[in-house]
Amino acid sequence: MSDRVPVLKIGDILLVSIQIDLEDQMVLDLQDDLSQQIVATSARGVVIDISALEIVDSFVGRMLATTAAISRVLGAETVVVGMRPAVAMTLVELGLSLGGVRTALNLELGLGYLRRAQVSPPASP
Amino acid sequence: MDSGDSKRLLELLTARRAELIAQWEQAVGASLHGRLSTVELGRELSELYDAVVDALATGGFAGRSSEYAVVRSLLVELSRNRARQGFTPTETAVSVFALKEVLESLLGGSVEDIHVYLQFSRLLDDLGLFTVEEYARTREEIISAQSQQLLELSTPVVKLWDGVVGVPLVGTLDSARTQVVMEKLLQALLDSNSAHAIIDITGVPAVDTQVAQHLLKTVVAARMMGAECVISGIRPQIAQTIVGLGIEFGDIPTKATLADALRHALVEIDKASATRAAGLL
Amino acid sequence: MRNYPADEASREEVAIQASGDVVKARQTVRLLAQQAGLSLVNQTKLVTAASELGRNTLIYGGGGTAQAAIVRDVARVGVWVRFADTGPGIPDTELALTDGWTSGSGMGLGLSGARRLVDEFELDSTPGVGTTVTVLKWAR
Repeated sequence: MSDRVPVLKIGDILLVSIQIDLEDQMVLDLQDDLSQQIVATSARGVVIDISALEIVDSFVGRMLATTAAISRVLGAETVVVGMRPAVAMTLVELGLSLGGVRTALNLELGLGYLRRAQVSPPASP
Repeated sequence: MDSGDSKRLLELLTARRAELIAQWEQAVGASLHGRLSTVELGRELSELYDAVVDALATGGFAGRSSEYAVVRSLLVELSRNRARQGFTPTETAVSVFALKEVLESLLGGSVEDIHVYLQFSRLLDDLGLFTVEEYARTREEIISAQSQQLLELSTPVVKLWDGVVGVPLVGTLDSARTQVVMEKLLQALLDSNSAHAIIDITGVPAVDTQVAQHLLKTVVAARMMGAECVISGIRPQIAQTIVGLGIEFGDIPTKATLADALRHALVEIDKASATRAAGLL
Repeated sequence: MRNYPADEASREEVAIQASGDVVKARQTVRLLAQQAGLSLVNQTKLVTAASELGRNTLIYGGGGTAQAAIVRDVARVGVWVRFADTGPGIPDTELALTDGWTSGSGMGLGLSGARRLVDEFELDSTPGVGTTVTVLKWAR
């Protein structure tokens, strides 16, 4: 399983854009890669763009929540951006609310939030 | 079915075609009280008559057999038209059953005649029921299409300000309706790049735990996309039921009027842009 | 669940032996849901349910099969999906359908969550023999 989701670094922000239907192992690999990259690059923020994802099931949902928690421990704030309406409606019905995960409508708003959060202390989510 | 049984009937139906169709048309026309043009009715019934005669010749009295495919498709057309034109199920079924009455007058006294008549009558009963079934199906289709239209019509999503959209809810909120409201609201958030939504429930007659649950789901879904919702239009009686039922809206802001909710949203937008300005310095 | 007539031409079967097969099952179900004319939201709900159930089949059932087909009722069309494994089975199916119940490392939303995402749901399990979960979602 060599397929990995690329993690891009822009300033002190890490950007992950998930473009394909993920296998479970890739989801776990991404979680590992992100925590390592946060430490390696001293990133202050992480943006995960899921606008291309047609579904988010409980496994991916859990990865998003865990990643947000891990990055917080490592001193970085995570924002999940671009969730599709149908995906949000499905997650609600599934019983997942992604509590504790910052979200934004799109990449631009997500980056804007991180920039503000770095100036003023982040509001507790 | 033995085709010998139907032979005499077939001869009769073929020989006296014009006369029988005229009588049939008259019987049906009387029951419809002239609400269908005689030309149209005449065309419908003669087509049906010929199809029945053809089917009898090849398929006997087995009304559900493949030989009756043409008859059935004509009946489908007939019942659909009747359902759309607003005729009752009885008025629709009578188009088939009236043929029985017409034949009754031709009935000789012999045992064979009665036997054949009974078989034919059973066939017509079957076709009549088929007509009613088709009628009901068409009505159901019409009803479901209308309720779908009603759902779409009754949930407008409006842009209230740059970055703020609103949904004025009117009427009861069930799960089908919630899905439509949610879908429209979330899509509007995305399309208009709005991080704030106001759900106004002034027009919702009653809020019970079920309705509250549906509102909560909508708010949670919007949050997961990165937008905040305010619920407004909570009338005093509704506030009393909400408290009485012990419904918790958690940390979702609720406001009495749409104006209050809009002010709240604008203050939030202002806060965000203030920190943005500070960040740029 | 009633036995609805299936469009035999649409019937698909995917063996679930590795995590890539769950992805394949998801894609198969999505294709059928599109063909059956499910709305985007209903497609997403059904595919998400299939993803949860497919993962269960792989992880707890030790692999199995996924079958899917377009089915018809009087005036509606839907998509039917069945996951079957020959794994250890679930001793208490009633309990397994409550939120938060899990025999593994998941969040316990798989079965109960999947049930909320579909219109019809049937769980059949015999300890030592295997588990079959059948779901159905109608186009509105």
